[in-house]
Amino acid sequence: MQKRTLLNTRAFELTVNRLCYQLIENYQDFQDAIIVGIQPRGIYLSKRIIERLKEINPSTHVIDGSLDITFYRDDFRRGNEPLTANKTEMNHLVENKKVILVDDVLFTGRSVRSAMDALLDFGRPKQVELLVLIDRRFSRHLPIQPNYVGSKIDSISSERVEVKWKETGGKDSVVLLMKKDQNE
Amino acid sequence: MSELSVEHLLGIKYLSTSDINLIFETADNFKQVINRPIKKVPSLRDITIANLFFENSTRTKLSFELAEKRLSADVVNFSSSSSSVTKGETLVDTVNNILAMKVDMVVMRHPFPGAGVFLSKNVDSKIINAGDGAHEHPTQALLDSYSIRERMGDVARKKVVIVGDILHSRVALSNIFCLQKLGAEVCVCGPKTMIPKHIESLGVKIELDLQKALNWCDVANMLRIQRERLEINYFPSTREYSMLYGLNNEVLDSLDKEIVIMHPGPINRGVEITSEVADSDHAIILDQVENGVAVRMAVLYLLAQKIRH
Repeated sequence: MQKRTLLNTRAFELTVNRLCYQLIENYQDFQDAIIVGIQPRGIYLSKRIIERLKEINPSTHVIDGSLDITFYRDDFRRGNEPLTANKTEMNHLVENKKVILVDDVLFTGRSVRSAMDALLDFGRPKQVELLVLIDRRFSRHLPIQPNYVGSKIDSISSERVEVKWKETGGKDSVVLLMKKDQNE
Repeated sequence: MSELSVEHLLGIKYLSTSDINLIFETADNFKQVINRPIKKVPSLRDITIANLFFENSTRTKLSFELAEKRLSADVVNFSSSSSSVTKGETLVDTVNNILAMKVDMVVMRHPFPGAGVFLSKNVDSKIINAGDGAHEHPTQALLDSYSIRERMGDVARKKVVIVGDILHSRVALSNIFCLQKLGAEVCVCGPKTMIPKHIESLGVKIELDLQKALNWCDVANMLRIQRERLEINYFPSTREYSMLYGLNNEVLDSLDKEIVIMHPGPINRGVEITSEVADSDHAIILDQVENGVAVRMAVLYLLAQKIRH
């Protein structure tokens, strides 16, 4: 397995910072907004963004939530791996709220589709936007595009993007894992 | 990533401890789902489930049906009084006829012990036992243990007494298996005529004195006297049973601790439990009913996961 670093710790921090300022530009005081992390990995990014937003402006109050999409996935009984659910923590209805869905990597778009379905079970949002740290371009199975993107990469489907978080014992970074050519 | 080690839910006997824990963890998610404004998820939208009740049931059937509907499954109901069973059709034929209409899972209650096991060997479908005679009632035991876990944090090392007609009770047997697999200590209590012979071989304590049993336990699960199953008199009168084995405030006040009271329903108020006790804060009877839907959703979801295209 070959590795290529896409974002090192410094670039990672800058990217998260930029995403935060982009959000502030559009949402100012975050009234009527709700930031929803998609379980399991989107919640690290959503928590980090909320943390950073509070550092930038300590008076900011953002409602957040985490959304599990297991029961809404379109590959139930189709994959080889059983699907195990994570915790959903939505203490607020999204009725008439502006929702920012947050995930780490956007690939086929299927998770985001499931997340939108799951979200609708908490009410009818006024608007839904999508924020991702990494956008794997040209690999979408569905017509879904992000509104805020940390970094865009071109990759093939056999490659894997791994986002590491200091919360889970790694260093904040993003690496691309490539399978070695079999002829090598 | 985990999945159940079994293909059907025929009894607690066949489950491993990790299966039970997986069901509970999944049920936690569904409990959250059924407490939202929109109490439904689309997981089983391409699954059809037949509820076959060859014996009367109100709440189990209702609970299963709600669980199925909240998972977006299609549901067909069938009860023996309105079926061809009365015209002499065999169980396998009845079920195969239903499966020919493209049904993926079968939830069955049957008066004969082992009916679920028999069916699982003879038809090609996922079978969930919703009670087979005096044998097992696995989802009831799962929801009972789930309710204990919810109220007390854990089931391991808890002392649970099951009071009443142990002889005719599938709830008792499934509960014994489930509680033991989760590491609880189990005691059965009731008139000697209603304690099966050799039940101590399952590793349970026997106590004929209710007061002593209650002093020992953390949780008391009060069973109903199932008059419909009593072919002879096992005790002189209902009044005497209620005096010796009925749970009332005086008995509870005489204990030096607080215990949790459970009942699988339907309650015979004034017989095995008085109204004051059934409606008190110690009783988690209605929590059990609520948890029943979440636990059944978990079981259906985890078994459906094993149906492959």
